[in-house]
Amino acid sequence: MSELNLKLRIWRQKDSNSPGGLVDYTLNGVSTHSSFLEMLDQLNRQLIDAGEEGIEFDSDCREGICGMCGLVINGVAHGPVNTTTCQLHMREFVDGETLTIEPWRAGPFPVLKDLVVDRGSFDRIIAAGGYVSVATGAAPDANAIPVPKDKASEAMDSAACIGCGACVAACPNASASLFTGAKIAHLAALPQGEPERGRRAANMVNKMDEEGFGNCSNHGECEAVCPKEIPISVIAKMKREWLRSIFTST
Amino acid sequence: MTVLDSAVPGGDISGMWDRHRFDMKLVNPANKRRFELIVVGTGLAGASAAATCAELGYKVKSFCLQDSPRRAHSIAAQGGINAATNYANDGDSVHRLFYDTVKGGDYRSREANVHRLAEVSVNIIDQAAAQGVPFAREYGGSLTTRSFGGAQVSRTFYARGQTGQQLLLGAYSALMRQVGAGSVDLYPRREMLDLVLVNGQARGIIVRNLVTGEIERHAADAVLLCTGGYGRIFYLSTNAVNCNVTAAWRAHKRGAFFANPCYTQIHPTCIPVSGEHQSKLTLMSESLRNDGRVWVPKKQGDTRKPNDIPEGERDYYLERRYPAFGNLVPRDVASRAAKKACDEGNGVGATGLAVYLDFRDAIKRLGKAGVAEKYGNLFDMYARITAENPYETPMRIYPASHYAMGGLWVDYNLMTTIPGLFALGEANFSDHGANRLGASALMQGLADGYFVAPYTVGNYLWGTDLGGKVTTDHDAFAEAENAAKEKTAKLLAIKGKRSALDFHRQLGKVVWNKSGMARNEAGLKEAIEEIPKIREEFWENVSVPGSGDTLNQGLVEASRLADFLELGELLARDALNRDESCGAHFREEHVTEDGEAKRDDANFSYAAAWEWHDESKPQTLHKEPLEFKYVKQTQRSYK
Ligand SMILES: Cc1cc2nc3c(=O)[nH]c(=O)nc-3n(C[C@H](O)[C@H](O)[C@H](O)COP(=O)(O)OP(=O)(O)OC[C@H]3O[C@@H](n4cnc5c(N)ncnc54)[C@H](O)[C@@H]3O)c2cc1C
Ligand code: FES
Repeated sequence: MSELNLKLRIWRQKDSNSPGGLVDYTLNGVSTHSSFLEMLDQLNRQLIDAGEEGIEFDSDCREGICGMCGLVINGVAHGPVNTTTCQLHMREFVDGETLTIEPWRAGPFPVLKDLVVDRGSFDRIIAAGGYVSVATGAAPDANAIPVPKDKASEAMDSAACIGCGACVAACPNASASLFTGAKIAHLAALPQGEPERGRRAANMVNKMDEEGFGNCSNHGECEAVCPKEIPISVIAKMKREWLRSIFTST
Repeated sequence: MTVLDSAVPGGDISGMWDRHRFDMKLVNPANKRRFELIVVGTGLAGASAAATCAELGYKVKSFCLQDSPRRAHSIAAQGGINAATNYANDGDSVHRLFYDTVKGGDYRSREANVHRLAEVSVNIIDQAAAQGVPFAREYGGSLTTRSFGGAQVSRTFYARGQTGQQLLLGAYSALMRQVGAGSVDLYPRREMLDLVLVNGQARGIIVRNLVTGEIERHAADAVLLCTGGYGRIFYLSTNAVNCNVTAAWRAHKRGAFFANPCYTQIHPTCIPVSGEHQSKLTLMSESLRNDGRVWVPKKQGDTRKPNDIPEGERDYYLERRYPAFGNLVPRDVASRAAKKACDEGNGVGATGLAVYLDFRDAIKRLGKAGVAEKYGNLFDMYARITAENPYETPMRIYPASHYAMGGLWVDYNLMTTIPGLFALGEANFSDHGANRLGASALMQGLADGYFVAPYTVGNYLWGTDLGGKVTTDHDAFAEAENAAKEKTAKLLAIKGKRSALDFHRQLGKVVWNKSGMARNEAGLKEAIEEIPKIREEFWENVSVPGSGDTLNQGLVEASRLADFLELGELLARDALNRDESCGAHFREEHVTEDGEAKRDDANFSYAAAWEWHDESKPQTLHKEPLEFKYVKQTQRSYK
């Protein structure tokens, strides 16, 4: 195991109404086995022991599945490896390196403090239609509706989205199309999702626009940073479902 | 000491739940709208309960710590969910699932609850499939299952290695549908700090808005705690970093009995500790033991590379000690066996606190591609964390804290000892006895939330004199709010020298060493002495910079740790009181000739429920006697 000495430039911002800026820190003796967030824990311990305020950042599972973490590291959402920030390890960096750490930047994700943003807009998109309307107890026997193996697998590929928001942070237009498309594609692949297909696509896409996310213009940056490898083809599916909803509803 | 009333209905166990449901009072739809419910937590238990109660017509307020309900810790479950569908046609049944769960829990759970769990397990799979949960399927389109955690039937449903994620997203989608419909109000980034009682009934909560620091009051007609387990008391655990005991503990201090805190599950297959920087440990799914072989070098302190150690110099200790179950023995047995091997000096890796989980033979048999197909994502995760290639060199694993069987005591209706306060999911103590079997926590969380609480809560609301509406102007709210504010102010005013994290790590070491996988009287007594000392120093020397009116993770950690420091002591006292071994609770004084957990049914067939008085004196013990009418108590044997 070796250790790194690092220079860190970290975005600090008091709250959503105050201006923020990059602040320099030095952190020595970082184990290459540490995860990126454990490196920030170490810095926070150093700050708190000295009576200074720690840097606020979000995390929970720390194993790449809850989607709570997310930082822009040296200009790239989730950093240099295709994974979540919590699963990025310090062995990817070299001794003496300078790291610039910033929050997701997008209008619909206002910064709450330091590196923490508000992603409530994602929940509102789901509330607009990202579900199957089946009340508890009203479900038929699980085997009553067969689902071909490849369809289940296709649904799972899209359902794997963790809602971290890296796609939005990476997109020059701050579009939420990958996120929204993943949910639409997941449910469109399954017979259970069929009855509400049109409504779902129309309502979710409208909500996405209403929340202030931009349009997709095929940059592909979202797919490049997605830690769950959600393919950009879900956006094509979303557009198709949306068009279909227009032609079938009138 | 009172004998607790479990409120188990009479009559034969099969059909009991149906009869009970029939006997419960029905609330007519117009009346339901008059009732307000608070659901704290949005994991499997909380999201399913909030969604279902809203569907039934109640007005629901839903609270969670994360920025979105979808991020609750349930999301991290990998392996699967059990259900007695018998789709595999291999002889499974409600009775068998019931039997396995009671036996797996080492005869320390309540039979009636476990039977109900097995009955409703089938409905869970139907519900999830209808929501669009992409379970694994056969080519013919039907659902597929696998055997898991040593079960001899194939009853575990799964969605790749992300079963918890998919089930939670299903429950979350049901919840968000109700949010969209206006019947659930969502309160994310809120931390429950206290429970409010009026006339002895649960009528509201005090929460801290984690963003603004504001202390808020919320009133309701009943409160459902679905706040997960306390496995992070060990500091290092497989639990998410925000898992805590605060909500349950503060309810405990308001009168809810806390049951069996000493029943904590240590999972055998986790990536070992690599250094002081570590904030959590990562689980490697139990399914790996289906094909991986566990071993240590026969020679103590052997520093050779694993692949250089010849077959004859390896000790496949699980296969040697348990020829019938081999590498598939239950979690508690596997964990203790790993500890024994390391304690005897045969552990591997830099710390000597690890054993090998070797896929060499599986790769020979199935080919690398075959192994990758089954476990590829786990192998990748292992490689990412350790920078070692498990296809070429054996994985190193060691046990870690994973799950809390103990929790708030609840009766058959999932109500705590406080009327109107219900506890669901991992937060309660009910169904797993002294040891939980794999793939049964997801089942329990969803059973509680979709199929049990929505009915029993309704029965409580309609059958109880609530004395009218309570508003947040009530004195009880003012008192609780002030107490919460004072506590925050006190933490901020200490201005000591050590971070909460540092204290947490210290507490974790004591709990792990003295109340961990193996316990004895002397060690437990030391823990009972040491923990109050750490607590004392904490209240004098913790450093919480910043203020209370903003996001302040340091403050949040300190506030949660204050509760863990109290629970730690109770955990040790409960373990000391339980002068027997059972399931995951292993007292070194009580072992069978084969070195297994030796129960004392004559004296300890009870659930231990602790009542809080005040800071000046320890909790007192109440017992709920456990009767086994349908499953005979025998010595578990996995030989
Ligand atoms: C890595 C891992 C893998 C697992 N794999 C499996 C598996 O394969 N099969 C299986 O059956 N089980 C598994 N388990 C166990 C299972 O996941 C959990 O027991 C279960 O998901 C708990 O669900 P819950 O709803 O009770 O609580 P959680 O999902 O933990 O949810 C708790 C909720 O309460 C909220 N909360 C907590 N405290 C407060 C507070 N003070 N104020 C406000 N809100 C609060 C949180 O925000 C969260 O929303 C696994 C566990 C782990 C750690
Ligand atoms: S903390 Fe959960 S994905 Fe990173």
